[in-house]
Amino acid sequence: MQSYIPILFFAAIAALFPLAILVVMALLRAKAPNPTKLSPYECGIASATDAHDHRFSVRYYLIAVLFVVFDVETVFLFPWAVMYDKLLLFGLIEMAVFLYILVLGYVYVWKRGALSWA
Amino acid sequence: MSESLVHYVLVPFVKGLLTVILVATAAGILTWIERRGLGRLQIRKGPNRVGPAGFFQWIADVVKLVFKEDVVPSRAEKVIHLLGPLLLFTPAVVVLGLVPWGPEVTLFGVTTPLHAAADLNVALLLILAVSSIGVYGIILAGWSSNSKYPLLGGLRSAAQLISYEVPMGFAIVAAVLMAGSLSMVEIIEAQKEAGIWFVFPGLVAFFLYFVSGVAETNRTPFDLPEAESELVGGFHTEYSGFRWAIFFMSEYGNMISIGAIATTLFFGGWLRPFPNVAWLSFLDVIPPFFWFAGKVFLFLLVYIWFRATFPRYRFDQLMALGWKALLPISLANLFLVALAALWGAAGLKVLGAVLVLLVAGGLVAAWRRPARASVTTRMAAEKVEVRA
Repeated sequence: MQSYIPILFFAAIAALFPLAILVVMALLRAKAPNPTKLSPYECGIASATDAHDHRFSVRYYLIAVLFVVFDVETVFLFPWAVMYDKLLLFGLIEMAVFLYILVLGYVYVWKRGALSWA
Repeated sequence: MSESLVHYVLVPFVKGLLTVILVATAAGILTWIERRGLGRLQIRKGPNRVGPAGFFQWIADVVKLVFKEDVVPSRAEKVIHLLGPLLLFTPAVVVLGLVPWGPEVTLFGVTTPLHAAADLNVALLLILAVSSIGVYGIILAGWSSNSKYPLLGGLRSAAQLISYEVPMGFAIVAAVLMAGSLSMVEIIEAQKEAGIWFVFPGLVAFFLYFVSGVAETNRTPFDLPEAESELVGGFHTEYSGFRWAIFFMSEYGNMISIGAIATTLFFGGWLRPFPNVAWLSFLDVIPPFFWFAGKVFLFLLVYIWFRATFPRYRFDQLMALGWKALLPISLANLFLVALAALWGAAGLKVLGAVLVLLVAGGLVAAWRRPARASVTTRMAAEKVEVRA
């Protein structure tokens, strides 16, 4: 566990460094706000609606769900890859079966058009 | 001072501070290299007023950013708006801390590996995990601005990042399979033992890794999240002054870490070319750290070259490339590498030779094929009527 301590240090410094600069800069920089400047940028036109009221394409959710499936698969592959020099042919066949099932799902998803954006 | 205090507190602290400062400085100097390089590639001069060959341009830019007003939209979620850039910057620095920049060095009586943070036996997994946190930074920055362009840019960005993480993961698995370890140091040592850089048997994996890496860092030709022509500034439209500079530094930090990981996995890290060939040992005059830094720098130049060469993808093309092309290729490549690895290092060498020959053959074939006539000549030959 001790080897993780430096990483915590790292994360802390990496988070505090920009924060510290932002705090110091707050004392230096110009500050002249006005309502127009603080409105959302819409190419100079006053925004009629709130951005959070708009809906967005359901495809983003689909991509996210597909990503979870494939990312979990990658997680299974890592221990397999590390131990491959001992598993050899047995490992290859077993992973081929695992990937075959996954590729079936992938082909199904492709045929259903979940991967086409337009 | 006790030994453990030096090793667990002082050294990590100094290294962390150094890395953060290095990332910030490197980002600045890289913008100068990028703007000068792009200028050359586009037959114009680039910045040339501030200092010799415009070298101090980036310092002038920093000064400008520091004194610039920090505009936060009145309807934004203030806390999350601040959290966005931090969530992007912190992982970018932590990833650099997990990459080995050289073997052990002794400085001021303290012997320490030239890792910024630590050599872990699962470093590669941690790198993947930490670098995925950046997606949250982007999507939160886009959402919290409460403005339409950043919202769309953030969504696109998140979709793009997670799409390209899949082929990237498979490419990394192929490299792990060749090395048989998740530790960055052991991967480099495995390449020394095998006698070849893994880029040869892993030619396809390297290609997949680098293309996905370019997409992960939102660089041309995959810079859709910040496509100026349609989304203004993408997820950072509502950021100004130093907050925007933090996004900028993280982008360059991520570019450096993609280059560093590619160097470690496929180009032998700090090893010189052909590490086992004795008569090349005169190359050892260059210290390992400089071999590593030089390789990473070459990758950064390739990034800049890409930006000058390739036009931007359309969003549906981008998703199709990731899901319909790179993903099946990466699966097939994994299977190929696993098949070759059944015969150990010898199998990998054969696979490497075959792949290099295939690429060389393809290049020769492309070079010998007569060039296609230009569109206008063909239209004239076919008597295509061009309507005004």
